[in-house]
Amino acid sequence: MSETTYREALRAALEDAMDQDPAILLIGEEVGLYGGAYGVSRGLLDRFGPDRVIDAPISEPAIVGTAVGAAMTGSRPVAELMYVDFAGLVMDQLANQAAKSRYMFGGQIAVPMVLRTQGGTGRSAAAQHSQSLEAWFLHTPGLRLVMPATVNDAYHLLRAALTQPDPVVFIEHKGLYTLKGAWDRGRPDAGWGEALVRRPGRDLTIVTYSRMLHESLAAADTLAARGIDAEVIDLRCLNPLDEATMVASVRRTGRVMVVSEGVLTGGVAAELSARLQELCFDQLEEPILRIAGEDIPIPVSPDLERASIPSAGLIVEAAGQLMRREVAAWAR
Amino acid sequence: MNNPSSTAARNTAALDRYRTMRRIRSFEERVGELFLRGESAGSMLHLSIGEEGVVGVTDAMAQGDSFTTHHRGHGVFLARGADPVRMLAEIAGREDGYCRGKGGSMHIADRALGHLGANAIVGGGIPHVVGAGLSYRNQASGQVSAAFFGDGAMQQGILYEAMNMAALWRLPVVFCCINNQYGMGTRIDRAAASVDFVARAEAFGLAGVSADGADVEAVYAAAQDVFAGARAGRPGFIEVSAYRFHGHARMDKSPYRTAEEEAEGRRRDPLARARDRLIAEGLADAVDLDRLDAEAGAEMDRALAQATGAPLPPLASMFEDVYDPTTPAPEPLRHRLARILNA
Repeated sequence: MSETTYREALRAALEDAMDQDPAILLIGEEVGLYGGAYGVSRGLLDRFGPDRVIDAPISEPAIVGTAVGAAMTGSRPVAELMYVDFAGLVMDQLANQAAKSRYMFGGQIAVPMVLRTQGGTGRSAAAQHSQSLEAWFLHTPGLRLVMPATVNDAYHLLRAALTQPDPVVFIEHKGLYTLKGAWDRGRPDAGWGEALVRRPGRDLTIVTYSRMLHESLAAADTLAARGIDAEVIDLRCLNPLDEATMVASVRRTGRVMVVSEGVLTGGVAAELSARLQELCFDQLEEPILRIAGEDIPIPVSPDLERASIPSAGLIVEAAGQLMRREVAAWAR
Repeated sequence: MNNPSSTAARNTAALDRYRTMRRIRSFEERVGELFLRGESAGSMLHLSIGEEGVVGVTDAMAQGDSFTTHHRGHGVFLARGADPVRMLAEIAGREDGYCRGKGGSMHIADRALGHLGANAIVGGGIPHVVGAGLSYRNQASGQVSAAFFGDGAMQQGILYEAMNMAALWRLPVVFCCINNQYGMGTRIDRAAASVDFVARAEAFGLAGVSADGADVEAVYAAAQDVFAGARAGRPGFIEVSAYRFHGHARMDKSPYRTAEEEAEGRRRDPLARARDRLIAEGLADAVDLDRLDAEAGAEMDRALAQATGAPLPPLASMFEDVYDPTTPAPEPLRHRLARILNA
């Protein structure tokens, strides 16, 4: 057990995996000489050479398409999409090709690739470099979807993604690269596809993933000081989705908030809410609350950007209201 | 049959190419019949009649080479060794089809024969051969991967991204455009400001050549050079000109083409051309070729009968192969509803 950063854990995962599996290739814009736009692949070109760490031209559709073809022919490519916002450019290769090849071709042709990308707000990168687009991928059968929130998960979920038989979309959060945390190279926090109760609690359940885990945990600390005991669940993987862990918690607490940085409408929080409503209807004491991004593009000005997504403060206020303890200023 | 050294071998190869082209045409005629009988699973059928000259390209490929095709890819796959029974079964949506009735005409694939997949997105399968080329380069396997597509894909951006990468990284890749003059109902000169496709490929550093698809031997000669270059790390482009004898899909009567144009286009028939040449060169006589034609027709009749007699896939197979079979399959909706309503 040691401490490192989310960025370094990702880098170590790539390095260790490439060491063990010579079929792994990295392909993407600036992954080699530059070391990755966010520094995740720094040093890997020197270590593994240009045949395995491939600097690609700015051609996102063909980067992903090349990864698909490489995955079909014995390689295990990691395609890097520098920003998840560029998904619009690659959705055909991802949703029509990578996701559907196994099915359309009757199980003959697998596409064991990983699409590494990053999303989210926090750097005033504005509307085309700050989105949380996981709902687009979740809406596509055939794609696995992983969003690590912790340092140890960054390492172990990426290692696990690189052993999956199906295409994995692996979304990092740009606001987490400098996060420091415990890292145990030999021991994952939990298995692939398992949600984790990061903080046990009796009064209400907060279901979340990615950077919103940290806002939720901070909110839970504040709530605890006010006598509200919140349970915080980190989903870690959205596909496969661990419905059972969420449902068990909500059936016990009867109150749930789903916290997601993505926009409210048609989002992951909506999907999770629907599932919880179906499976916990008799136990629910209050409406399921979605604490999600505002239905707007992400603005550049820092105050506006911060206000466009959920925060620990908003989670605390909503929880107080849900528990009938406090009335938030915006609810008066 | 590749790289024939003796005259006798060359003659046999020419006759084989004629046979392959005839088998393709007979196959496509049966596909049309399947549709008219209402036994085709898909409503989307795109026949490659008139484009059989592409056999000159597939014959220049080696065993182990892989390829992707567009939606009009039956001929390419047959020429690479496909079993017509399993193809027709797939087109009819049967369990015995190449893809267990999940893909149909536009999504046939066969890993064993190197077919990495037919694609219904114009240009969608093109970058996959770049990835395959990357694998083959790193594996030092000596294989080549070829993308087959139509002139419609010449207007898709991803083609040029793929061409650039293949040339930049010197990958064992061939891009083959079967230019049948039409993207659905739009004639090529209404879709492209310049129809000099070889110049486009050469601008990316590819070795480019255009061949007359009505002359399968000319196509073969050109393709041999392209594949030899690709195998040595010089990726190439080959345009095979053709005329699509029928409409875009089965329901299309081609109202956008004149009868005169169609008559002229059908005179550029690669089968008729090859037949005349075989007879003129004394490699076969009319009786031989008539017999060969009849054999191809009989083979495809048998294939059609066998394919349409094959079982339909069980409903439960619907949930298979979304993900790897070692992982849980998606939960059927009725199962989920019962779980909710019985709670």
